[in-house]
Amino acid sequence: MFDYQFFLEVLIGGLLSGIMYSLVALGFVLIYKTSGVLNFAQGSMLLFAALTFVSLVERGVPFWGAFAATLGVMVLLGVAVERTILRPLVNQPPITLFMATLGLSYVIEGVAQLLWGTQVHGLDLGIEDSPFEVYGVLISQFDLFAAAVAGSLVAAFSLFFRYTRIGLAFRAVADDQYAALAVGLRLPRVWAIVWTAAGVVALVAGLLWGARLGVQFSLSLVVLKALPVLVLGGFDSIAGAIVGGLLIGAIEKLSEVYIGPYFGGGIEGWAAYVVALGFLLIRPAGLFGQKLVERA
Amino acid sequence: MATPVRNTLLVTPERLGVLLLLIVAYGVIPVIGTGYLFDAILTPFLALSLAAVGLNILTGYAGQVSLGSAAFLAVGAFAAFNFNLRVPGLPFVVSIVLAGLTAAAIGIVFGLPSLRLRGFYLAVSTLAAQFFVQWALTKFSWFSNDNPSGVIDAPPLTLAGFAFTGPIGRYLFSLTIVVVITFAVTRLIRSQTGRNFVAVRDHETAARVIGVPVLGTKLVAFGISSFIIGVAGVLWAFAYLRTVETGGFNIDRSFQILFIIIIGGLASLRGAFLGAAFIVVFPLILSRTGAALFGGVFDSGVLEMSQRIGIGALIILFLILEPRGLSALVDRVWDWVRPRRAAALGGATPRSFFIRKLQPKGRT
Amino acid sequence: MPGASALRQRPDAVLTPRDATAALKAAIGTGVRAQDPSASTAATPVLAIEHVSLAFGGVTALADINLDVWPGEIHAVIGPNGAGKSSLLNVVTGLYQPDRGRVRHGGRPFAHVPTARLARLGVARTFQNLSLFKGLTVLDNIVMGLSAEVRSSFLGQIFGVPAAAREERRHRAAAGEIVEFLHLTEVADRTAGGLPYGIQKRVELGRALVAKPKLLLLDEPMAGMTLTEKRELTGFIRTARDTYGTSIVLIEHDIGVVMGLSDRVAVLDYGRKIADGTPDEVQADQAVIDAYLGVAHDVDVGGGI
Repeated sequence: MFDYQFFLEVLIGGLLSGIMYSLVALGFVLIYKTSGVLNFAQGSMLLFAALTFVSLVERGVPFWGAFAATLGVMVLLGVAVERTILRPLVNQPPITLFMATLGLSYVIEGVAQLLWGTQVHGLDLGIEDSPFEVYGVLISQFDLFAAAVAGSLVAAFSLFFRYTRIGLAFRAVADDQYAALAVGLRLPRVWAIVWTAAGVVALVAGLLWGARLGVQFSLSLVVLKALPVLVLGGFDSIAGAIVGGLLIGAIEKLSEVYIGPYFGGGIEGWAAYVVALGFLLIRPAGLFGQKLVERA
Repeated sequence: MATPVRNTLLVTPERLGVLLLLIVAYGVIPVIGTGYLFDAILTPFLALSLAAVGLNILTGYAGQVSLGSAAFLAVGAFAAFNFNLRVPGLPFVVSIVLAGLTAAAIGIVFGLPSLRLRGFYLAVSTLAAQFFVQWALTKFSWFSNDNPSGVIDAPPLTLAGFAFTGPIGRYLFSLTIVVVITFAVTRLIRSQTGRNFVAVRDHETAARVIGVPVLGTKLVAFGISSFIIGVAGVLWAFAYLRTVETGGFNIDRSFQILFIIIIGGLASLRGAFLGAAFIVVFPLILSRTGAALFGGVFDSGVLEMSQRIGIGALIILFLILEPRGLSALVDRVWDWVRPRRAAALGGATPRSFFIRKLQPKGRT
Repeated sequence: MPGASALRQRPDAVLTPRDATAALKAAIGTGVRAQDPSASTAATPVLAIEHVSLAFGGVTALADINLDVWPGEIHAVIGPNGAGKSSLLNVVTGLYQPDRGRVRHGGRPFAHVPTARLARLGVARTFQNLSLFKGLTVLDNIVMGLSAEVRSSFLGQIFGVPAAAREERRHRAAAGEIVEFLHLTEVADRTAGGLPYGIQKRVELGRALVAKPKLLLLDEPMAGMTLTEKRELTGFIRTARDTYGTSIVLIEHDIGVVMGLSDRVAVLDYGRKIADGTPDEVQADQAVIDAYLGVAHDVDVGGGI
């Protein structure tokens, strides 16, 4: 007899962890949408934010103070990155910028651990990871909280892009940088804001992931999970980041539980990629991504 | 009937240089080198150089981004081990070739998506190779001959019954393989196939229109590249580490090889060697300098982090200042020393334009 | 051979058609390349576009286009920007698939032209936005024009198998002749990416010519060139037609060049063909004047040829 309850638990667990992936992917989408750069350093920014926050808290700084301070640091980081890396490379092909962010990720990881040390830190956000029951299905309280936070952040950004002037400016820059320049939008400022926004997202994501996994070096590898999400959802779509994250999270958990045992487990490591790959072969632009009409 | 001016001299400065290098490598170094030099510097340098040559063919010349090269190092190492173990009487060199072919086959499979994917999307698919292969080799103990610890001692390197043991032996074995393969690659690059790679990279549509078999070209690039990386993996495991394990074939290794070709210069054979030399020597210099400057504070943890920062910063610096890497820097120095050569060629030498500044439209 | 020595003495001089033809004949010999068995006869157009229509989303790019190009003809296609000229070339080369209609190459009909077989069909083209292989030298770029005739495998090439070596030599020699024809000898071993725009355009033309195509499609070959360069290029195009019998379809904005070079001119406007005839006929056509040529002083005359 198929255990529906268990299935639902796994599914919901997967969906909820998927939202966390969406959050990381959101940071990517923000930057990609406005500058066409695939920011591989998003993961290390996550680690850096989490480490900074945790280290401040451990030194006695109150929660919101540490939060504000880390936020400030991320803003500075965003501005610095825009000025030292993006501006000199502004005309280069996307693959160059991607490799530059790869280098950047190494620098940020190194600096983060040089400053704050390499030990694992625990992070307590005040939410207990205890399950509660809904119609006999167990749901983790923490997962729900994380999903709520991530969801509201994603919603906030969606609205921002659609209804505010700055959001409009972002979309203009994403569409055509030269045209945006022509109508007077100041690109460096836009990019500085965007990278800062990505930094904020990295901070929130870093806190959530850090609370769940502990703040340690492997946090920066979360970025690798975001890539299949982006592939499914399209690199430039916020809605896609949500849906993609949910799908990947669900598929990962389900395949690990139901297919994993046949292979001795560990499928989670690559299931998302294989799914993304299969998907790419059918629909290269992703579920929501813009299909580029190439003028030959 | 005039044909364009070509350098038909048998002895060119470049060929002399290579000959000299070979004489030093085979004749001088084995005599004066220490065991440490071979085991810790030269042998890993050779293995990494070969891997970089392989990746350069795929990413530098053919323009197909791959983030999963370490997977093919692993395939090569494990395949060689298994062939050597399970096929009695098989000459070791044949095991190496078969290992390369195995890596090539897997490379082609994971390269199939390149028909429809480009850039980032292709990179994602190569990551799939990385994670899947690592998982499969760890999960299925058959690959490691059901060894409980998962760490296998590599058998010795043999050629025609002669065993190449000891630091010098392993070095010479690796050196020979690298020289042979590199020579073959120089011929490949100058051939129609090599031109096809660059064509597909620079303007795939035009390549298709003039009749270049685009699909075939990409798959050949994946195949040859993976073959070479597979052989490099054999060297890495058998000649350098002398163990066969999945640990060192993770994503960091893939990035390391990518960094080698970026720092060395994409689409440059010389760059693969320069970059590998740099990557091998850099941590050593860093640790010596760090210990000298900061004394006891500079422990292994600090060293590791400084290395990360240093490599990352150098990548960024190279991409901004000299996207064509060390190889182009060497050219610049050489041109400064020999200005006549630069003037004769009008300042532009045949190097590839993977990373190219946008050409201004209209008259230059 | 008077033409050939003139070339050698004054490499920068503008070729007269007679010089050029003489030099080329001395170097290469005449003749159209060996044809496909179902080849065109004098009565079959080299290219026939039949009722081709194409729309992108809601935008009509081409509406019921019919066009014939005869062997040895230079047939220009002109019209305002966005009129569909490049789209037409893309349909002819199979980069776009038309919603309706067919394209015939040498009489063989295609609903969707197979791009990979273009070279074998004897078709070559240049692109509006340069399509050079910037990482290859000038000579290598032109050698690439013969890619469709390569028979050796990569293994054969690596090991220097005699057949492969012979093929390489043959192709390099053919490319070398084109290099000389197009005055590119000085830059033959330079990387294409670093060269001036005008020279790059010539290299692209060379790559298209080396295979001795039956049909040559040129997409704005003169864009961004000086008067001298335009004159030279026009000379090369005419000589290629005179020597090889290549049919040429030319998209171009410089009306002076077009009228001086072409045997016939087709005019497109908003995806429709509004005129098709000799230069004189087209210039006098009222619909064409209204849509594109306008009053005399509005037209980009460009000095003519």
